[in-house]
Amino acid sequence: MLNISEMKILKEGTGEIFCKNTPSEVRKWTRENKSRALIDKRMNIKDAVKKYVKDGDYLAIGGFGHIRIPMAIIYEIVRQRIKDLSVAGHTAVQDIDMLMAGGCVSAVDIAYVVGFELRGLSGVQRRLFESGQVKKTDYTNGAMSYRIRAGAQGVPFIPVKVMLGTDTMMHSPGKVVKCPFTGEKVLLLPSLNPDVCIIHAHRADMYGNVQIDGHIVKDDLQARASKRVIVMCEELISDDIIRQDPGKTVIPFYMVDAVVEQPWGSHPGNMPYKYYFDHKFTEDYLAVGRNKDPKVLEKWLEDWVYSLDSFDDYLVKLGPRRLYNLRDAEFLREPVRGD
Amino acid sequence: MNAENYSLRELMAVVAARQLRDGKAVAVGTGLPLVAAMFAQLTHAPNLVIFFEAGGIAPQLPTLPISVGDSRTIHKALCTTTLIDIMDSMRRGFIDYAFLGGAQIDGYGNLNSTMIGDDYEKPKVRFPGSGGANDFGSLAWETLIIMDRHSPRRFIEKVDFITTPGFLYGSGAREEEGLSENTGPSRVITDLCLMDFEPESKRMRLIATHPRITVDDVIKATGFELIIADDVETTKPPTIEDLRLLHEVIDPNGFVFKK
Repeated sequence: MLNISEMKILKEGTGEIFCKNTPSEVRKWTRENKSRALIDKRMNIKDAVKKYVKDGDYLAIGGFGHIRIPMAIIYEIVRQRIKDLSVAGHTAVQDIDMLMAGGCVSAVDIAYVVGFELRGLSGVQRRLFESGQVKKTDYTNGAMSYRIRAGAQGVPFIPVKVMLGTDTMMHSPGKVVKCPFTGEKVLLLPSLNPDVCIIHAHRADMYGNVQIDGHIVKDDLQARASKRVIVMCEELISDDIIRQDPGKTVIPFYMVDAVVEQPWGSHPGNMPYKYYFDHKFTEDYLAVGRNKDPKVLEKWLEDWVYSLDSFDDYLVKLGPRRLYNLRDAEFLREPVRGD
Repeated sequence: MNAENYSLRELMAVVAARQLRDGKAVAVGTGLPLVAAMFAQLTHAPNLVIFFEAGGIAPQLPTLPISVGDSRTIHKALCTTTLIDIMDSMRRGFIDYAFLGGAQIDGYGNLNSTMIGDDYEKPKVRFPGSGGANDFGSLAWETLIIMDRHSPRRFIEKVDFITTPGFLYGSGAREEEGLSENTGPSRVITDLCLMDFEPESKRMRLIATHPRITVDDVIKATGFELIIADDVETTKPPTIEDLRLLHEVIDPNGFVFKK
């Protein structure tokens, strides 16, 4: 075992920490501000965003960038012109792109941004990151999950075995130390307790007991780490159904502040077991974002966000046939149109 | 029967697949790496276990996913879990291979997928960043690197940003920095050749060229000094059946092999 004097910082990164919440403060805040009662938390998207998403908040988003993402809430954040959000850019694809296109974001903890995986790079994000208009600190997908796990656990930092030796580490706030028990080098990362977390799930009851089918990605940890949690679901169910299989409750009610029922809420993202990507919508959107003339993006936002009162209006604009095709593509009943 | 006409991407996919052994586990990204893993499963490695960073484990892939998190990655899977659970399994030592790529690579196999330029605040081009790449490159036993345009601009003496660790600055460097022991890149597959890393120096070494490519072609396309193995072999081209699998079974929608 090493002496206490040997636990010194051997190397450290220069990255800025955007989320200022500490686990001890959040614990204190929770005692006063989070109800543990079984109360009806249903509300519409507009009210949920108005009540729980504030200018300057640090936001965490559920799902995997363009899979099971809370797009209906994201469109509403853009519509309400919320500003200066810091965002956990953890597997971030279409979700963060829309927020950045809407001018809602001033800083990002980057693990994965700018890319749309096989679809290529985003013009919107490239412009904002390359010009320095949006501030950034680099991490990895694993690192962001580790930070959120620490936040959920209520400890201020977490030792990890990634990022060591790289520029990714040097542009993070990470610090390298020797383990006081074994002497091996580990990287310490600050924990993360977001102000607000938005999640799209398959089912929830009115109290906020949440079921997700398939991969959870990081939603369980984010709900546990965040101060406020807005859950949107494809289907609102009775708590009788929740009680039939409580092991399926991935997020329990007391963590949740608002419950919104919104079918197709991940569109144009993929919702496993429900509907596949709307490829055409996303390809058209990417082309708009890559256009050098900013008026083209402004017009797109006007047409698809600002001029619409709600996500239901957006669904009407898309039309039922288009949505049914996405359901058929999900169940491999029709070929995927990958243009 | 060997095919007469095949593309370099098709050849790269089968060369990459041949590096994967049966009964091992691989973490994959979208595109060519996933094609290689699916191809290996359909040919010599039916018991290869595929992990996706979004949380899908051992799916029966019906067709090529376009995201490492999309529905296809959990189709008839044995387990769906969380991203952190995948990273935990990797650090625990369960995952043998991880496939990676990047915009730039140096002679030690360090990868850049973060930015081009010398100003972090205002880069010439901003790329996605690590995603899960640094995690994979830090935690998997072996990293297999696929680079689809072998040129001096991409195979470069010094990368603009080390996103993901290769052997960093030489033998013992990974261990010195605190990374897991006996890990690191093992193969680099490009549109010109197959390379490994010389065990003493941990520098990239040419071990096979693709048909009709010469050693000189590879040297000219590489922006750092490349070690040349004593016996440089020629990679085996895909068969007609290999091409059928790639196009009809794995990528019928033409996401990777454009129609």
